[in-house]
This record gives sequence, structure tokens and C-alpha cells, in this order.
Amino acid sequence: MEQYEPDDRLSPAQVAAMRRSLRNGRAALTRRSLLRASAGGALALGGLGSLSACGIPAAGKTAGGTSAEDHSAQEKKIAFSNWTEYMDVDDSGKHHPTLDAFTKRTGIKVTYTEDINDNNEFFGKIKPQLAAGQDTGRDLIVLTDWLAARLIRLGWVQKLDPANLPHAFANLSGQFRSPDWDPGRAYSYPWQGISTVIAFNKKALDGVEVTSVSDLLDNPKLKGRVGFLTEMRDTVGMTLLDLGKDPASFTADDYDAAIARLQKGVDRGQIRRFTGNDYTSDLTKGDLAACLAWAGDVVQLKADSPDVDFIVPDSGYLTSSDNLLVPNKARHKTNAERLIDYYYEPQAAAELAAYINYVCPVDGVKPYLAKIDADAANNPLIIPDKAMQAKSHAFRSLSAKEETAFEAQFAKLTGA
Amino acid sequence: MSTLTEAPPPLTPAAPAKKPPRRRGRWTPYWLLLPGLLWLVVFFALPMIYQASTSVQTGSLEQGYKVTWHFATYWNALGDYWPQALRSVLYAAAATILCLLLGYPLAYLIAFRAGRWRNLIMILVIAPFFTSFLIRTLAWKTILADGGPVVGALNTLHVLDVTDWLGWTAGDRVLATPLAVVCGLTYNFLPFMILPLYTSLERIDGRLHEAAGDLYARPSTTFRKVTFPLSMPGVVSGTLLTFIPASGDYVNAELLGSTDTRMIGNVIQTQFLRVLDYPTAAALSFILMAAILLMVTFYIRRSGTEDLV
Repeated sequence: MEQYEPDDRLSPAQVAAMRRSLRNGRAALTRRSLLRASAGGALALGGLGSLSACGIPAAGKTAGGTSAEDHSAQEKKIAFSNWTEYMDVDDSGKHHPTLDAFTKRTGIKVTYTEDINDNNEFFGKIKPQLAAGQDTGRDLIVLTDWLAARLIRLGWVQKLDPANLPHAFANLSGQFRSPDWDPGRAYSYPWQGISTVIAFNKKALDGVEVTSVSDLLDNPKLKGRVGFLTEMRDTVGMTLLDLGKDPASFTADDYDAAIARLQKGVDRGQIRRFTGNDYTSDLTKGDLAACLAWAGDVVQLKADSPDVDFIVPDSGYLTSSDNLLVPNKARHKTNAERLIDYYYEPQAAAELAAYINYVCPVDGVKPYLAKIDADAANNPLIIPDKAMQAKSHAFRSLSAKEETAFEAQFAKLTGA
Repeated sequence: MSTLTEAPPPLTPAAPAKKPPRRRGRWTPYWLLLPGLLWLVVFFALPMIYQASTSVQTGSLEQGYKVTWHFATYWNALGDYWPQALRSVLYAAAATILCLLLGYPLAYLIAFRAGRWRNLIMILVIAPFFTSFLIRTLAWKTILADGGPVVGALNTLHVLDVTDWLGWTAGDRVLATPLAVVCGLTYNFLPFMILPLYTSLERIDGRLHEAAGDLYARPSTTFRKVTFPLSMPGVVSGTLLTFIPASGDYVNAELLGSTDTRMIGNVIQTQFLRVLDYPTAAALSFILMAAILLMVTFYIRRSGTEDLV
């Protein structure tokens, strides 16, 4: 490399700068400058005086009322946010036949977005707008029971108008009619029901019999190959049932007992891990021999890998639902109600159920579903029969205080 | 650590020249700094202040949160979650050391021995980054599956008996154990180690090696006395770039770990999203930041190198 000859027309500072850059720009960041910068940053943080200006306003008190002006008549459209893979899709993968039929009949254009992946995450996403009394840009959202209950409790969703929901009112199946968090379904209607059952991989079990949550927690042959769910209500609810308690009316002591029972499983290394939806791959690979699972997933898994199957414990199983809600300040409430009602017509409900395999909350669907898919119509996981319905239990709603305490306890169980 | 990306210190003022320089461009540097400063304020300073405020608030979702200067949150958080915090530091340190042990020979090879293969190997190092972090981590679940060839081989060689005895694995599996989490961290952050190391090594003048040889230094002595000291800037920045994100990571512990491998990032995520205890989550974030700042400061002071890049 040739030595650079400084030009005498340059000022010393410029020369210094050029030298610096010639040293491969290395002097740009030195130990000293980093230390100095860190100290500066720490000092800046020391200026805590401005902090008291912040604060998070009370969630329940939405400024300016809950409803916005309803633009349904002028604007024939609706924004519908749903979970991924929770809607029928045609072969091209671009169109949703049931939604298209709705648009054709009513002229209401549906902007369908699959932007809900996780209840907690989605709550974090919409919380700032709803707390500030602003429009979320969504007219219809789908949330699981407990989060729907929380939103109703906080006053963040709009009361539905029964006049726009004749089919929904008539066809809603009995087991979903009156949850304790929304008596008479004033604010919400179920999109699909979810059953929590025990799934297993026949090959991985290798002859070990699993019939109950106790088997999962106690059988030494399954050590380290058992999974539970990160959804507190599913895991604790199934354990409560196994302990002979009713998840619809348990006490704090019962809850403690269930947590202690699970904790033993964690301490002994019986429970491999707590999973979200990712248990499906662990189960098909055989890393998990048996686990708590959502029945809709199992129906789909079974189709792909013949080793996977499920059982419903004698002690019963947990049913929850994902619910359609109209958030505050939504601009197209009437359109949203018409869409809800549309999915309670047996034909549309059957088409949807045939595609997504969850528990159909609509009565009278069976003959319609049988025409599309006879197997699905006879599957008790999709249309529960009497025996199945008798075993179904719901998790009771929790007060805000209980919810925080229980979630904290459960978080500790799962390793915090 | 946004401090790493901060602009270089301004030039030292010009020494008194005969004629004072023209003042026209006086504000130019500040205008040029403006976009960066705005970025820092909006995406770093303001969120920091907001988080700092949250950490000293009390209340609930229903009643709202108010600043009550409740500093006890910090003590309670530390008291409840010190095992996870300690574990994060240990896992991150282990991953950083593994990255260094794996990355240094590779960077050395690329810098001095690869010849015309240099670019190809560099691309191979960076290529995994073309897919998402999540996919790369999930791939490890397939690689380390219980019935997979890797675990089978380790079992046959009785390696897992040793690691089980050490408490790194449980029984005859690797997934859902500390070893899997550390492997995931090492894999995911390895390029952050290799790139600065390579930059440092590549700058070393080859004639220095020749000179060392002329002075009868054995290759090992050359490495110890010439190459390694000159690559210290790369070692330091590589370890920082690996250790800092690794200690706050929660994806690897979530996907490859179990209940007894949860790191501080997992706790913060759970507290923030699930338990809705925002003050504790914010306090833990600050504890993590302070701990990293302290450790990094100590490390940079001790490492004895002046240049960092």
C-alpha cells in the first residue's frame, strides 16, 4: 500500500480525519468512545423526572361512547379479522366460497384478513386503540372465550342487535347458548367450538395405553414424552376434570390442587414441554407420545398421518369457542351482524364445517353436511352427538383479579 | 445497544490557521445528523422513557396504571426471576464461547487459506439468513428429533450418558433440554461472530506472518504473538454481537427448550402478554439492560483492546 502524502492545502483537522478513515475506518468506534457513550446513555436515563407524565389510563372508561356512526347503508363493505386457516378456501387458494356467496347475495364486500395468531398477542395489538376509544379498522373479530369475556368486561365491544340475527338466534346450538360471561349472547356469537382432548401417536406409544390425564402424568413409560398446552384453561381444566372437579364451578383451592398435580409432573420430568399449536409436528414425529390437543387439529392430522389418533377421557373434556365480536367504533356494525347471521344458515355453516373440521355451533347442519361429506357429518368432533355433549364442560369465567393470579401461578408452572 | 451504531465523534476543531475558515457549512453536520437523531429519539429514547415509566407504575388493566414510584417492583421481579436471569447469562455465555471456538477457525480459514473459495464460503456463512429465524430454529427440531440419526448416534456413542450426568440433557433425548437451547443459540448467532472476526483477520498484513517466520517463530508462536492479538477487535465485537442478543433471546428457549430452560426473555414475554403484569415486564427489561450494560462495560475494560471494529 502506498503511503498517503497529506496535501498542504488541507486543514490539520481534515488531514486527521482522512488519516482516520485511511486506517480502515477503525478509529470510528473505539473502546473509549463506547464507554463514554454508555455513560451518556445511563445519564440520560437518569432524567426520570419526565416519567410521571406517563401512565396508562383505566381500560374500561372509553371516551365518547362505544358505537360509531353506522355507515353500513352507505358503505357496502366489512373488515373481518380471523385466525389463520379458519375459513374455507377453493382449490386456487385465493377465494373463500362461502364469503363470495355472501357478497353475491348482499352486495357487501368482505375484506378478509387472517391477522389473528394468538389471543394474547392480538389483545396487545388492539388494546391501544380500544383503550383510547378509537376505531381499530376492523368490524368483526374472532376471539376465544376468555378474551371475549375480558373485552365484554372492559366494555370494548358493541351490543348486537337481535333484529339482524334471526338465524343465529334460532340455530345456535344448545351447549353454546348461555355462557356465564355473556348470558343470552348479547355481545357475541360463536364462530367455531373447540374441544380439548387427548391425542396420541400409536407408534410412539408402542402399546402403552392412555385413557386419562392421570395416565399422562403418572405412567413412567411416558416420561419426557408428554405435552400439555400453554393455554391455561385447557391444561388446568382437563386436570381439574381428572381430579373430579368441575371446571365450570371450581374454587381457588381446586385450582391450587390442579397446579400442584401438574407441578409434580414438571418436577419429575414427566412433562416434556408446554406447547401452543406446535404440538402437531412433535406429535406426528413421535417426539410427543401423547398430549393435550385441540380436536380440530387432530381431525386434520389424522388425515395426514395414520398413527395419530385421539381419545376423550371418561372424566370428560373441555369445550371452548372462538367468538365473533364487533369492536367499539366499528363503522359497519349492521353489515357485521348480517355476516354473523349468514354463517348461522345451515348451508353456509355446513360448507364451512366440511372444510375446517371444528365443532359446528349451528343446529340442523347434519343433513347439509352429509350431502357434502358423509364422514364429517358422523364425526362427533364436528357435530357432537348426545354422548359427546354429555361429557363436554366449560371453564368458568374469571374475575380480573382471579385471572391475573391464576395466570401468574400457571406461568410459574410453565417455567415463568 | 444502539450506542454501537452511533455516529463517530465530531472532528476536533481546526487548529488556528492563518485565515479563519468560512462559516457557511457550519450547520451542515447537524443537518446530516438529524435523521439519525430523530430515529434514535422516536424508536429508542421515547420507548425507553415509556418503559421506565411503566416499570414504576402500579394498577390493573381495569383501573388503569399510575406512576407511584413503586421501585419495589424491581426487587420483587429480581427475587422471583433471578434463576431465569442467571440462566440467560449462562446460556448466552456458553453460546458465545461455542461461537468463538467454532467461528475463529472458520474465519481464519476464510481470511488466509480459502483462496478463490473465499466468496463461496462467505456466502455459505450468510446463506441461512435468507430464511427466517423461526424456520431455522424449527429445523433444529427435526435435526435433533428423538428418533433422528443425530440422537441415535449420540446414544450409541454414550455421549448422552455423559451429558445427562452433567445435567445438560435428560434421558436419551436432546430436545427440550439445556443442550438444545445452547445449540440453537450458537447456531443462530454464529454469523455475528464470524463476520467481525473475518473483517479483523482479513486486515492483517500477510507480511507480518512472513516476518514472524523470518524471526524463527513457530506457527503456534506466530498465532499467539501476532495473529491473535491483532484480531482482538474482531473477537471483542464478535462476542458482544453474539452475547447481547443471545442473552435476551426467547425463541430458542421457547421452541427447543422446556420448563427448566426458560430464559429472561421468556419471562418478560409471559409477564407482558399473558399475565398482563406490565410493570414487572418493564422492570425485568430494565434489569436485563442494566446487567448487559454492566457486563459489557466490564468486559470491554478488561479486554484491553482499543479498537472495536
